[in-house]
Amino acid sequence: MKATRRLRSLVFHAAAVAASIVVLYPAVWMVMSSFKPGNQIIGNTSILPETWTLENYVTAFGGIGGVPFTSFVWNSVVLAVLSVVGTVASSAVAAYAFARVSFPGRNVMFAVMIGTLLLPFHVVIIPQYIMFNSAGLVNTYVPLLAGKFLASEAFFVFLMVQFIRGIPRELDEAARIDGCGHGRTFGLVILPLMRPAIITTSIFMFIWSWNDFLGPLLYLKDPDLFPLPIALRQYVDQTSVSDYGAQMAMAVLALVPVALFFIIFQRYLIQGVATQGLKG
Amino acid sequence: MPTTTAVPGGAPPPPSAQQLARGEGDAPAPGRSVRRYRPEDTRAGYAFVSPWLLGFVALTAFPMLASLYLAFTDYNLFRAPEFVGLDNFADLFTDPRFLQSCQVTAVYVFVGTPIKLAASLGAALLLNTKHRGQGVYRSIFYLPSLIGASVSIAIIWRAMFIDDGVVDQIQQLVGLPAGGWVGNPDMTMPMMILLAVWTFGAPTVIFLAGLKQVPTELYEAAEVDGAGPVRRFWSITVPMLSPVVFFNLLMETISAFQVFSSAFIISGGTGGPAGSTLFYTLYLYLRGFQDFRMGYASAMAWVLVIVVGIITAVLFRTSRSWVHYTGDVR
Repeated sequence: MKATRRLRSLVFHAAAVAASIVVLYPAVWMVMSSFKPGNQIIGNTSILPETWTLENYVTAFGGIGGVPFTSFVWNSVVLAVLSVVGTVASSAVAAYAFARVSFPGRNVMFAVMIGTLLLPFHVVIIPQYIMFNSAGLVNTYVPLLAGKFLASEAFFVFLMVQFIRGIPRELDEAARIDGCGHGRTFGLVILPLMRPAIITTSIFMFIWSWNDFLGPLLYLKDPDLFPLPIALRQYVDQTSVSDYGAQMAMAVLALVPVALFFIIFQRYLIQGVATQGLKG
Repeated sequence: MPTTTAVPGGAPPPPSAQQLARGEGDAPAPGRSVRRYRPEDTRAGYAFVSPWLLGFVALTAFPMLASLYLAFTDYNLFRAPEFVGLDNFADLFTDPRFLQSCQVTAVYVFVGTPIKLAASLGAALLLNTKHRGQGVYRSIFYLPSLIGASVSIAIIWRAMFIDDGVVDQIQQLVGLPAGGWVGNPDMTMPMMILLAVWTFGAPTVIFLAGLKQVPTELYEAAEVDGAGPVRRFWSITVPMLSPVVFFNLLMETISAFQVFSSAFIISGGTGGPAGSTLFYTLYLYLRGFQDFRMGYASAMAWVLVIVVGIITAVLFRTSRSWVHYTGDVR
């Protein structure tokens, strides 16, 4: 009996470790390649660098087309932080309305909101571009952030609605008896209790904004405004094919914050994903 | 709380996005069917929902209507739109590049998504056993989902699959024909599907959460009745998990239609070689923002919406026969 359990455990770990190696291989290869001299990345199966070098990182920090690398990082940070602030604020108030206030049209609006989860985003990019273009807002961050401040990411509104529904109603009623209206009930009772949902939303929004490519590709023309993904693409396009070293280094640098979030907050991330499919 | 994605105790989910909508939320409390709202609730409700409502109207509803109009016009952003009737749609179906983009996307969606979901279900079943270290493996499997759509990973993928890249090297080592996948029109699709399959972790997490909700008594009862592991899988796990399978299938299919940045980076924004990575959304982008044929691109956008709508409807309709909801009268 004990032997079969041992064997099962062995088979399980063998399978899981094998899968993990396959899954992690591209990421490990990327990090290792960034420390190889440019000419050893292609035409070489060794995963460990034969000679370690920081030259690629020096090149990366040299910037792209006269714009310093730190400028791209800063732009990405600005966009991501503002996206998080806007999304958390607008989604939390909308979620409170959907979960706790009864008003005419609520159920229809809620259905429409969930419906937008299924809508291909590409149907709106042309007219949105025309709108922002005629308002003179191309080459600003407004088109990238407007939706974030208007709760356009239905996934987060839904996540927060689910979370609020799990908070006991007695708390609202107690607040009401104490004379709180909806504003204070939300601000003093519900919002403080929403911390886990807010953390999950913040992490996801930060990562999505950080990785977003299409939005900045459409709206930003001035390299001084470029966030990292667009800068990376520009670098890949304009450099000779052989310069893989700096590409690898930049790719690694661009993923550092995502990796940090993953390491620190994986519990929230995984719970957030699990909630998406279940509950309700 | 039921573990399904459907309305608890409601009618069977009819086949439309809006019904999914209601399906995913809780049904309105029965006591509230008397339509009387307290004025302060109404005021507060609209105040709280107004950012979302404004966003929906200004950034989704109005643009959708605008793009429906533009689909019937010739518009290049500089001259006023000129009404051309159904010309754009007629052009679409005689445009070889458009037809190619449909083919590329269809293969990616209908081959890639099932493979990805099979991998992710397999991983979930593996992780749903009682062994140490589950959490670590789950995190490792999940990591690619966070970064898979990033430009960084597209760059890495290209470098790995290019001529003389690490994949080519391994091919040569084991005696397979030499050559990278990036420049070979026959191999770019497998490469793109591998990238999609690599991000199997997010649906795995959802499957796993579904598996954890299957009551263990069911398995115990079946074991007492003499059902073996295979029988238990098909008679308990599969039906109990079917709502989650449905959810993952729907969401993964819809998102597969919208793949963009990896194809853009890997092909240098061209959809090449030989149009083999000309995904639908990439062609839409090129038409709209490189050729400035905004009317044509809007027509493409609406064709996409309609196709995705039809697929969603078909999935919902067939789901009646294979998705099993538990717990409630049904």
